[in-house]
Amino acid sequence: MERYSAFALLKHALGGHRHWPQAWRSPELKSQYDVVIIGGGGHGLATAYYLAKIHGISNVAVLEKGWLGGGNTGRNTAVSRSNYFYPESTRFYEHSLKAYEGLGRELNFNIMLSQIGIINLACSRHELEIFRRWATAIQVQGVDSEVLSREQIAAMVPLLNMSAGARYPVHGGFIQRRGGISRHDAVAWGYARAASNLGVDIIQNCEVTGIEVSESRVRGVRTSRGNVRTDKLGMAVAGHSTVVAAMAGVKLPIVSQTLQAMVSEPVKPCLDHVVMSPMVHCYISQSDRGEIVIGGGADTHPSYGQRGSLQSTEAVLNAAVELYPMLSRMKLMRQWGGIVDIAPDASPIVSKTPVTGFYISTGWGTGGYKAIPAGGEALAHTIAHDAPHPLVEPFSLDRFARGRLIDEGAAAGVAH
Amino acid sequence: MMRIECPWCGSRSEDEFLCGGQSHIARPDPAAASDDEWAAYLYQRDNPKGPHHERWLHRFGCGQWFNMARDTVSHEILAVYPMTAPKPELLDVPGGEA
Ligand SMILES: Cc1cc2nc3c(=O)[nH]c(=O)nc-3n(C[C@H](O)[C@H](O)[C@H](O)COP(=O)(O)OP(=O)(O)OC[C@H]3O[C@@H](n4cnc5c(N)ncnc54)[C@H](O)[C@@H]3O)c2cc1C
Ligand SMILES: [Zn+2]
Repeated sequence: MERYSAFALLKHALGGHRHWPQAWRSPELKSQYDVVIIGGGGHGLATAYYLAKIHGISNVAVLEKGWLGGGNTGRNTAVSRSNYFYPESTRFYEHSLKAYEGLGRELNFNIMLSQIGIINLACSRHELEIFRRWATAIQVQGVDSEVLSREQIAAMVPLLNMSAGARYPVHGGFIQRRGGISRHDAVAWGYARAASNLGVDIIQNCEVTGIEVSESRVRGVRTSRGNVRTDKLGMAVAGHSTVVAAMAGVKLPIVSQTLQAMVSEPVKPCLDHVVMSPMVHCYISQSDRGEIVIGGGADTHPSYGQRGSLQSTEAVLNAAVELYPMLSRMKLMRQWGGIVDIAPDASPIVSKTPVTGFYISTGWGTGGYKAIPAGGEALAHTIAHDAPHPLVEPFSLDRFARGRLIDEGAAAGVAH
Repeated sequence: MMRIECPWCGSRSEDEFLCGGQSHIARPDPAAASDDEWAAYLYQRDNPKGPHHERWLHRFGCGQWFNMARDTVSHEILAVYPMTAPKPELLDVPGGEA
């Protein structure tokens, strides 16, 4: 692998940038691997990378039915933060945010992390009270968070409608200054390049169509490119989790729904933070290209239709133009949807399953982009040791029968 | 946007309705069910890619619940039927289950 650096850039500039090597290899599928990962999104690729990097297991294949990052990893609004509520979550997401802070260097790939800070707006007195509790709970866990007054927010976000007659009055809020956005494609590509360099085979256009199980053990997978033998199978397929798990006879507490996002035409810099308004179901940021990125809540019915319904688009945009009136005169450039995997407690499931050798990473729902480094590290550990990584012990599949739910509906359900 | 045929009010737009998730879930006997069975009843869902039997509420209309069979990929509505009726046969649908 050729390292990316200022020197390499200069060297290739002299050659007219015609001789850059491929970022990752495109090998033929072999008939046997030590570990097979289904799903070439951020979680699958990060898992493969940490299997090779930390555990020295490099006879690994990542099987992706489409193209790398073509699922939710390439469709999300790229927000990272660690201000969840319960200690189990905060511990996990803080680990992930710290990993993001060093990820560009770790992968030798610029993920364009901008820690611009994430502001949550309270649009009622009661919401502000809940925010104080939330912000304090996070501080107690040693993670940065700070309550903001209405006046502070007005100075930080001049686009907000702060007039007396505003439909959604801003009573205050809180900020996590280390939160921010990064480039989602770069996260997928960076992990793919680094994993491939360590010997991992990344196979695109390869759909898993069946899982061989006998005596309650994984034996291999059937794919659109042939059969593969393996004793260890990791699944990171987001919205298709129940479909793929069913191939191994495993049922999951997951429902697939569409979450959509949209971007405006590009404009000059006018928004310096990610601004969320959990009760009003709208959050916005400005991309490096100048587009205003807008997201909201998920569609309310089960769906595998990767597009999003008009009523959700309307609801999000209604809120957006009420909160930020200048948006009403901008053009919407694109709108899209991704299929998200939602668990009853809006928390992830990284776990062993009743089938030996079958490991799952699912339930990332509307907020698993920020979790890619920690989720990959945790699934890799779980696969390598056949035992959960300490960070994800609370997020096991059996928590539902034990009644140990981690109900992050408030912190994870709407905000991303 | 779906047009949904409410059994009482006729064809109305999707935003008047709320989906209540999978239908026909039988409640096990709480005294006899194991923790696993009870958790499966509370949390596990079929979540199929294709035809799905689900409950809908005409929230901003008559306020009644009813059942619907709907394809979760195309969103095509395959059948509308009363709350207590059994699952309709969906034989004309490729991959359709009874
Ligand atoms: C609109 C939107 C906005 C979001 N915003 C945020 C945000 O701001 N912050 C945040 O933290 N999270 C956000 N999320 C959530 C986040 O994008 C996801 O949780 C995360 O990307 C999941 O990563 P993954 O690798 O598990 O799944 P994916 O990236 O979806 O990858 C799964 C892959 O599996 C493949 N696959 C499926 N079935 C098979 C099969 N049978 N064989 C082979 N391959 C298969 C798919 O093609 C896909 O590429 C958002 C999601 C959406 C849709
Ligand atoms: Zn009605």
